[in-house]
Amino acid sequence: MSNKPQGLLSWIDARFPLIKVWEEHFAKYYAPKNFNFWYFFGSLALVVLVIQIFTGIFLTMHYKPDANLAFASIEYIMRDVEFGWLIRYMHSTGASAFFIVIYLHMFRALLYGSFKKPRELLWLFGMVIYVALMAEAFMGYLLPWGQMSYWGAQVIVNLFSTIPYVGEDLAIWIRGDFAVSDSTLTRFYAFHVAAVPLFLVFLVFLHIVSLHAVGSNNPDGIEIKENKNADGVPLDGIPFHPYYTVKDIVGLAVFLFFFSLVVFYMPELGGYFIEHSNFIPANPLVTPDHIAPLWYFTPFYSILRAIPDTGGGAFAMLLSLGILFFLPWIDQNPIKSIRYRSMLFKVNLFVFVLSFFVLGWLGMRAPVPVYSEMALRFSELYFLYFVILWFLSKPRPRLISYMYFIFLLGIITLYDFMRVNEDTQVLVSIGWLLPFLFLAFMFLLPMFTNINEDRIVPERIT
Amino acid sequence: MNKYITAIFFIVFSSQVMTASETPSELAKYVAYTNISDQASLQRGAKYFVNYCLGCHSLEHASYERTGRDIGLTNDLVEKNLIFTQNKITDKIISSMDQQEAEQWLLAKPPDLTLVARARGADWVYSYLMTFYKDENRPTGVNNWRYPNTAMPHVLLPLQGMQAANFVNNTDEDGITRKEIQSLSLIQDGSLTRQEYAIAVQDITNFLSYTAEPMQLERKSIGFWVLLFFIIFGLLGYFLKREFWKDLH
Repeated sequence: MSNKPQGLLSWIDARFPLIKVWEEHFAKYYAPKNFNFWYFFGSLALVVLVIQIFTGIFLTMHYKPDANLAFASIEYIMRDVEFGWLIRYMHSTGASAFFIVIYLHMFRALLYGSFKKPRELLWLFGMVIYVALMAEAFMGYLLPWGQMSYWGAQVIVNLFSTIPYVGEDLAIWIRGDFAVSDSTLTRFYAFHVAAVPLFLVFLVFLHIVSLHAVGSNNPDGIEIKENKNADGVPLDGIPFHPYYTVKDIVGLAVFLFFFSLVVFYMPELGGYFIEHSNFIPANPLVTPDHIAPLWYFTPFYSILRAIPDTGGGAFAMLLSLGILFFLPWIDQNPIKSIRYRSMLFKVNLFVFVLSFFVLGWLGMRAPVPVYSEMALRFSELYFLYFVILWFLSKPRPRLISYMYFIFLLGIITLYDFMRVNEDTQVLVSIGWLLPFLFLAFMFLLPMFTNINEDRIVPERIT
Repeated sequence: MNKYITAIFFIVFSSQVMTASETPSELAKYVAYTNISDQASLQRGAKYFVNYCLGCHSLEHASYERTGRDIGLTNDLVEKNLIFTQNKITDKIISSMDQQEAEQWLLAKPPDLTLVARARGADWVYSYLMTFYKDENRPTGVNNWRYPNTAMPHVLLPLQGMQAANFVNNTDEDGITRKEIQSLSLIQDGSLTRQEYAIAVQDITNFLSYTAEPMQLERKSIGFWVLLFFIIFGLLGYFLKREFWKDLH
C-alpha cells in the first residue's frame, strides 16, 4: 500500500480513517514472531462466530419459535429446505466447535500467562465473552424443543431458585411461567438471535481493541515492546499482515477440515454434539431417565452435583466460573510463560486440566456414589489450582508452606468428617488420598527438592 | 502441530468408547445392519411399514412423494403400493388412527416413528421388533425384552410366530435374586422362517433409519468433495505461508 492514496481510496480516507485502521490493526500491527500452535485459536474463534451468525440467520428464516411448531420446523429445515441440513449441522457443530476453540484459547492464556499485566482487561473482556457464549449456547439449545432441550433448561433455570429469598421469583421471571413453556421458548429465542449476539459482537470488538492496544503476548512471555529499533518497531515483532494472515489461513484450513469431517460424517458425534434424546419432542410430562447437559457445560455441572446441598452446589459452580475472572490477581508471579516457571507450576496446570476433563466426563454420567465421590475430589483439585497458583506467586518461607498444607488438608478433612457415614467410609478414605497426595506434593516436596525453582527468563524471545 | 490435533481428536472420540452399556449380553446380540443405499431393502421396509405399522404410527415429518423418490419408487408406484388411505402423494405419512382413541385402547399414544432410529438407535429398533415374547400377565398377551412392559401388541406375530422367554435366576452382589431373561425361543411358527423374519425386521429398521435422516447419503457424498477441497486449500495455504515467511530471520 503506497503512502499517497489516490482516487477512491483518498476520497474515502479523507472521510474515514481507513488507511490508519488498516495499518494499526494489520499492516503495522507488530505481533511477536514466535507464535506457535496455540495462537491459531483467537482467529479461529472469530471464524466460528461468523459461521454461527451466518448459519443462524438462515435458520431464523425457517425456524418457528412456538412450542407447538418448533420441533417440526427443525425437521422441516433438515428435510425440505434446500441444504437446510447443512446449515443446521454447521450451526450445531459450530456451537461445540466454538467451545473447543475457546477452551483451547483460554488454555493458551494459562500456559503463557497472557492474562497478566498489562493484559488484565483483555482477559476480563474474554471472560465476559465466555460467559455470554455460555448463555448463548444454553438458550440456543432450548430452541429445537427436544426432550434434552426442555429438561436441560428446566434444570438450569431451577438453579436460580436456590438463591435465598428471591430465587423462586427470579426463576419464574426468567421462564415467564411456572415451568419451562412456550413463553420461555419465545424469550430465549429473542435473546439467542438478537440480544446476546449483539452483545457478543460488541465484546469481541472490545477484546480485539484492547489486544491491539497492549500487543500480543507470546510463548516466551517476554514483552516485544521493550526491545524496539530506531523506528520504534519491536525487534522481535513482525507485521500481522501478511505474516500472520497467511499463517492463519493454514490454521483455518486445518480447522475447517475437521469441522467438515464432523458436519458431513458424524454430525451427532456419538451424542456429544447432538444428544440422542433431543430427537424426541419435548414432553413436560415425561422426565428422561438421565438429564445431561451438552459436553461444554459438564465440568461445571459436575461441580454443581459434587455437593449434595443444592444451594451449596450452585454456589460452588458459580465460584468455579467466577474465580477465573480473578486470575490476573491470583497469579502474581512476574514470570508469564510456562517455559520459565517451576515444575510445581507445570504439575499444577496439568492437574487442573485433568480435573476439568474428568469433571466433564463425570458430568455426562448418572451420579452413582463412586462418580459423586470422584466429582467432589476433582472439584477440590480444580479449586486448589487457584490456591496453589497464588501460593507460587513468590518464594514463601518453610513455615508458611507447612501452614498452608495443614490448613488446606484440614478444611478438606473436616468436610469429609461432616459427610462420612458407615456406608461411605471406605470410599471417602480412598478419595481423601487424592487431595492429600496432591497437597503433599505441592507444599512438602519442594522443601527437599528444587521443583519449586523458576528459571531465568531471557532478554529476547527465542 | 499434528501431534496436538491428533491428541485432541483422540480425547474427543475416545470418550465415545467409554460409554458403558448396561444391556444384557444376549440382548446385545440383536444388532441391526443398516444400509441406506440398499433401495430394495428400503422398499421392502416401506411396504412392511405401511402394512403393519402405519395403522397406529405416523411418519409425520416425511412425505410420500419425497420418501418414494429417495427409495427409488415413482409417484405412480407409491400411489398404488404405499397409499391405502385418501391421502395425496404430497401428504405427510400420517396414520389414520385417532390419537385420543388410541390412547384409550392401548393406554399410550403410539409415538411418531420418523426419528425413532435416531432417538433410540437402529439396534434398539431391531431388537425391539425381534424380542416380543408370550406373557399372559400383559393385556396384549405379549411382553418385550428390549422394552419391558411395552404397551404395543405384537403386530408382526403372524410373521414371526410366538416366542417364549427362558428365565434364569441371577443373584446380584446385594444378595437379591432376580428372574432374568436369558434367551427367547420360538414356540409357534409364523408365516416367515426365522431368517426371513430377521431380514424383514432389518428392512423395517433400515427404512426407519432412512426416515430418521433422509439426507444421509447426500451428506456423505458432498462431504468427500468438501474435505478434498480443504486439503488442497490447506496445501496451497501452507506453500503461500512458506513463501512469505522465507525472508524472515
